[in-house]
Amino acid sequence: MSILSFRDVWVEYGEKIVLEKVELEVADKSFVSIVGPSGAGKSTFLRLVTGQEAPTRGRVMLDGEPLSPEPGPNRGVVFQRYSVFPHLTVLDNVIFGLDCAGSPLLGRVFGAKRKAAAEQAEALLTQVGLNHSLKAYPAQLSGGMQQRLAIAQALIRRPRILLLDEPFGALDPGIRLDMHVLITELWQEHGLTILMVTHDIKEAFKLGTRVLAFDKRRHDPQAPHRFGSTAVYDFPLTEKTRQVPPELAGLAKEEAA
Amino acid sequence: MRRLLNIRPKRGGRFFLGFFPLAAVGVAYFAASAARTAANPADKLLPTPAEMWTAVERMAFTVDPVRGMIPMVADTGASLERLLIGLGIATAATLIMGLVLGLLPLVRAGFGPLVAAISVVPPIALLPILFIVMGLGEASKVALIVVGIAPFMIRDLASHVAAIPEEQMVKAQSLGGSTWQIGLRVALPQAMPRLIKCLRLSLGPAWVFLISAEAIASDVGLGYRIFLVRRYLAMDVIIPYVIWISLLAVAMDLILMWLSRRFYPWAHSARDA
Ligand SMILES: Nc1ncnc2c1ncn2[C@@H]1O[C@H](COP(=O)(O)OP(=O)(O)OP(=O)(O)O)[C@@H](O)[C@H]1O
Ligand SMILES: [Mg+2]
Repeated sequence: MSILSFRDVWVEYGEKIVLEKVELEVADKSFVSIVGPSGAGKSTFLRLVTGQEAPTRGRVMLDGEPLSPEPGPNRGVVFQRYSVFPHLTVLDNVIFGLDCAGSPLLGRVFGAKRKAAAEQAEALLTQVGLNHSLKAYPAQLSGGMQQRLAIAQALIRRPRILLLDEPFGALDPGIRLDMHVLITELWQEHGLTILMVTHDIKEAFKLGTRVLAFDKRRHDPQAPHRFGSTAVYDFPLTEKTRQVPPELAGLAKEEAA
Repeated sequence: MRRLLNIRPKRGGRFFLGFFPLAAVGVAYFAASAARTAANPADKLLPTPAEMWTAVERMAFTVDPVRGMIPMVADTGASLERLLIGLGIATAATLIMGLVLGLLPLVRAGFGPLVAAISVVPPIALLPILFIVMGLGEASKVALIVVGIAPFMIRDLASHVAAIPEEQMVKAQSLGGSTWQIGLRVALPQAMPRLIKCLRLSLGPAWVFLISAEAIASDVGLGYRIFLVRRYLAMDVIIPYVIWISLLAVAMDLILMWLSRRFYPWAHSARDA
């Protein structure tokens, strides 16, 4: 069953075509890794789903309905940086989503509601391993802990889709491995559909149930901006095929360089 | 050899380093004033500490029989009232306009150019207009302070709010935040420490505008007094007044700094704590 569909989607900035003719169905509860060279439009593709960007042509559908053109609580996001609130403690960062849901006027729940919200947030923070830093501010956390916080925060409204734009790009290799375990666990437990952009091709193949590679299909040396990218490779993965295929080996090297 | 820019004074050292130039200025003054008084006992230009103390006793601890009040207390009260009302209005205007301009592109497109145009007008040039429109009373003095500092503060706060990373704004929306909730819970708290910082920077200009307005049209106030006694070359009054004004300014600055640290600890890194 597909949760997201892209029907002949184009994104253009004036003369420049970034994405062209994207035709995709994303299955519910799948984990889609997105790779491709820099500037290929991976972030743009994700921004279509968050609602930060509207297609110039074509349609993006969520559960068969046209996607609302604004970010909303059914689509959680985690960026590489800056996605937690520096002025809120760890606990308040996670409660924020419940504050918004529970109090349109004050943006903050109180009393019994607050207690319930704190319990829910603490449970999630325990799951990402941050239950010992509830009162810390983000600036006091390491990069890896900040990303754990960003993930917990994104999950509090129980989104169906989680969008990750190079979420582990700024982390050490060891910390990355921990994060791989965490995100796989959360994906399964929360029944999420995940779209993750990454520059690490091994990570893409290790975590995904499907890998999309974005690149230009055609090239015009005179006017390179007149052709956009699209999903040039689309691999469904099973446990047996979790190896980087030869077609993408070149890309892997390019990324490593 | 460490680079000069890497050498940081420790806490005690910082106090000593800061204290030393101040003390040096004081000592230099006393030496010069003693020399001038020795040459000419009637010298008015550099009064000795004793002469200044006599003036302070007269101005700050003695009721003026004609007007029935202690001059320095009355001056301080009048000036602080004008200053605080002016700062209060400017701060309130900045908070509202800065948030709205910074947060809503629609309002920014509409009013941004207006605020930018107003902020290039030299406020002192507006003083005659304020006197004509609002009269010579309290209102025009307060208005000068507001007109003088608010445009700068509004622009600064608006650009600070507009520079909150887009990632945060998207995150807040993806958590269900409305424009109002995001303004209240994301933009406002992040604007507050900046507003305080902006206010601290505006204290200097605010005093300048206050003293200018008082010098031109007033019958009480710190600025009024120093311009009044200037006619008699009363340096023994002017210097203590200037020191007193500086102390008031420093006290306000310290209070604001304390407020920012106390209520917005996340905005202050461990190093400047
Ligand atoms: N607002 C914009 N106006 C004009 N061009 C834009 C805009 N946003 C993105 N682009 C262009 O779209 C192209 C794709 O950008 P995008 O950020 O999606 O690439 P990406 O694949 O995420 O790259 P990276 O791997 O470096 O993050 C780039 O060439 C970029 O210059
Ligand atoms: Mg990108």
